[in-house]
Amino acid sequence: MKRNISFILNGSEISIETDPALRAVDVLRQDLGLTGTKEGCGEGECGACSVLVDDTVKLSCLMTAAQLEGKKIVTIEGIARGQGLHPVQQSFIEYGAVQCGFCTPGMVIAAVAFLAANRAPTREEIRDAISGNTCRCTGYQKIVDAVEDAAQKMREGDSDG
Amino acid sequence: MRKEPALDGPRLDALSKVTGSERYSADFYPEKFLWAGAKRAMVPHARLLALHTEAAEALPGVFRVLTFRDVAGSNRFGIPIDHQPVLVDAVVRYAGDPVALVLAESKEILSAALDLITVDYEAMPCIFEAEEALKDGAPKVHEDNDKGNLMRAVSVCKGDPDTAFGACDAVAEGVFETSRQEHAYLETEAGWAKVDDRGVLTVVASTQSPYRDKREIARALGIGEEKVRVIAPYLGGAFGGKDGITVECLLGVAALCSGGRPVKMWWDRRESFLAGVKRLPSRMYFRLGAKRDGTFHALSCKLYFDAGAYAGLAGEIMTMAVEHAGSAYRIPNVRIEGYCVYTNNPVGGPFRGFGVPQVTAGMEQAVDMVAEKLSMDPLELRSRNAVQQGDRNCLDIELTHSTGLLECIGELMEHPLWKDRQAWKASAPKWKRRGCGIGCMSHAMGYPAAIPDQANAKLELKKDGTFRLYSGISDMGQGNTSTYVRIAAAILDQDAAAIELLQPDTSHDLPSGSSSASRTTYIFGNAVIDAAVVLKEAILRCAARSSGYDDIDAVELVPGRVRVKESGRSILLSDIAGLIDDDDRSQKGYFRAPHDESTLAIMYLGTHVLFSYGAHLARIEVDILTGKIDVVDYVAVTDAGKVLNRCAYDQQVQGSIAQGIGYALMEDYLVSEGRQETGDLATYIVPTSVDLPDMVSIAVEPEEKTGPFGMKGIGEVVISGCLPAVANAFHDACGVRITRSPLTRERVLSALAGRGDGR
Repeated sequence: MKRNISFILNGSEISIETDPALRAVDVLRQDLGLTGTKEGCGEGECGACSVLVDDTVKLSCLMTAAQLEGKKIVTIEGIARGQGLHPVQQSFIEYGAVQCGFCTPGMVIAAVAFLAANRAPTREEIRDAISGNTCRCTGYQKIVDAVEDAAQKMREGDSDG
Repeated sequence: MRKEPALDGPRLDALSKVTGSERYSADFYPEKFLWAGAKRAMVPHARLLALHTEAAEALPGVFRVLTFRDVAGSNRFGIPIDHQPVLVDAVVRYAGDPVALVLAESKEILSAALDLITVDYEAMPCIFEAEEALKDGAPKVHEDNDKGNLMRAVSVCKGDPDTAFGACDAVAEGVFETSRQEHAYLETEAGWAKVDDRGVLTVVASTQSPYRDKREIARALGIGEEKVRVIAPYLGGAFGGKDGITVECLLGVAALCSGGRPVKMWWDRRESFLAGVKRLPSRMYFRLGAKRDGTFHALSCKLYFDAGAYAGLAGEIMTMAVEHAGSAYRIPNVRIEGYCVYTNNPVGGPFRGFGVPQVTAGMEQAVDMVAEKLSMDPLELRSRNAVQQGDRNCLDIELTHSTGLLECIGELMEHPLWKDRQAWKASAPKWKRRGCGIGCMSHAMGYPAAIPDQANAKLELKKDGTFRLYSGISDMGQGNTSTYVRIAAAILDQDAAAIELLQPDTSHDLPSGSSSASRTTYIFGNAVIDAAVVLKEAILRCAARSSGYDDIDAVELVPGRVRVKESGRSILLSDIAGLIDDDDRSQKGYFRAPHDESTLAIMYLGTHVLFSYGAHLARIEVDILTGKIDVVDYVAVTDAGKVLNRCAYDQQVQGSIAQGIGYALMEDYLVSEGRQETGDLATYIVPTSVDLPDMVSIAVEPEEKTGPFGMKGIGEVVISGCLPAVANAFHDACGVRITRSPLTRERVLSALAGRGDGR
């Protein structure tokens, strides 16, 4: 029943023995101890379990372990850049985008993927981009503020570099 | 009291949350743990005849199946009425009642085992409607209740309301119905538990009330309180829904029967919706009378609150509604009657606002109806009747504390979004109608007079010269514990980073009440100040003495050190920690909130004395073809005393508005014949990022002299303004009133077609 599944997790190649029918979110959290990926609904409605699969946002509650095979997976634990935070994380802290924090990992993942494709978004575009991620604490305004600021930071980073 | 700039700055819990390293109750997978899960009744009212657990027990990987026979204690929880079963032993009273508990090696086996359990029931007659439930002959939810289905009735009367209405020039009447709102916190109910070698049961749970939980677990499971320890890590949201037992007792039963293995429980979303408490739905009859000049003269209200199957805190919620039904106005003649009623519906419980959003929706619409009859500006009418410090409110309580409602209304009157409303309305696009609505509100802080509202804090200078702060009140996401650290840092003149924060753990023995009632920063902040001031003095005394001074003013605290003012020489705090008595190194602080026991004569539990206030403006656009309402602009003006941390303050304001707009427009947990129809986030819709506008938050800041650095509670007051502001805006836009919320598209179209509001 168990099978070997190999993939790249937060930059490192790993190989695990697990039931390929298990949900990816359970494998990440329980087998691999990466509890930063949250589960809020288990049916693809809330976005809390978002991870990057080959740089695209996927809901790990709707993926099986088998679907991890050969993929490049990035969870919230792999978002920081070396010793420093990702600009999205930094802006979330500075702009008060975090309250209970249970939606935060998924929200950060969604924002990171969005900003990789859109360097100068409007507030409306940001609202659209995170509309698949439910937050029950913030009313989203400070999250939009944070993503807007992160975009600015990233543009400045580009011109610096 | 001084205001310290050190209180500002980002939340201290944000870093661990953005990196995913913070561990919530749901995030623990202890070694060799068993999954625990409940079999839910799924019938609304039935006698339990037989439980068939053999097939489940025979499933490989099932460790045990437990029933009420495995619960040694009272098998009941609930405060103040302990009648809710941990595991049903005789009668099921709502679909979410748990009838069996499975321990299994994996989540998948647990799920399969739960499906294999079958139950024989004898169906019992059901009741699903609060007013019907009060009629003679209605099926009884609790056979032993000598008041039928009435859980609690509270009434207050002042002046002579019966004759006063005859002296009014305008009288508005309305019947308002509000929905059953689901908290929908992102972290569903979760925790883990174990019993150690000494027989101590430790429960780690997502809970707002660890100290109360400890007592309830001990009693329900028949073990001594000294054998129970409850730990409350950061919660992934709660909003009132975890103010009371969720997983705690079930986890306790499981851990006591697991052969020493840890047990973990994590409700999935459907179970959370099924078994979690809800905001109590209400039907409210309001009658408000005013004189020609706009002076309110008489108010009468009858409130019916559907408590669902068990008491929980529903009676107290309805009582709070009675206290706030007349909002924050001077009204000389008042009668308010409230009835909290058992039904076979989901259990009602605390939800941000605690009964106040319901009555504020009724009252503030009645106020607008009076304004219309008098042809008065609705803000002007409110301004004429708003309470001020020194006034008596409609329950005849003298308002001796800060009272900033009039300032809130004044800010709104001058706001450009209010002043230019007519032009804005007139420029509505084709097929749209625009309207502006007002909602004012008050919200009591803390517990009413009968319940001592107190907190115990502990602050310690560690041997390494840094500090440790023990929190007694859970942080459900509002950031109260971050503020505790900043308060301690400000008083001790230290960097916040030098203070380690421990989340609540009943083994610290710092009972401080629940994380609720808009009380957390106010009450525990004051206790932290008390502890920090004493600790600071102990440190300075020790440092002064060791430097050869008698007077502690000769030295001062600076980050990491104590400095001798005269010489400029400084001593490391780690050195002080070695010199100071161990008893002095750790200091406790205490605070009890102001209260007035004379109010016990007025109503059940007495009243509150301390209130926050607000005035809101909603500008909405109604699509008359689809019935969709968009909230285009929202302004919330709030008096919650001095603002300690603007970012944390606005988090509460904006989050409350989001939940309030959800309550106004879309959130309605539907049950049919006691069974849930909106059992997940696909059918129970909460606002997303595209459903809400950018919001304007304005703080008027009268100093509350009893508050830490002058503050009052901000956690709940804001939510109560949203539904009435939106409902009044709809009336302003379309000329008809929808008195049943939420204002769904169907109700909007029905109202526009002249078919009423879907009552």
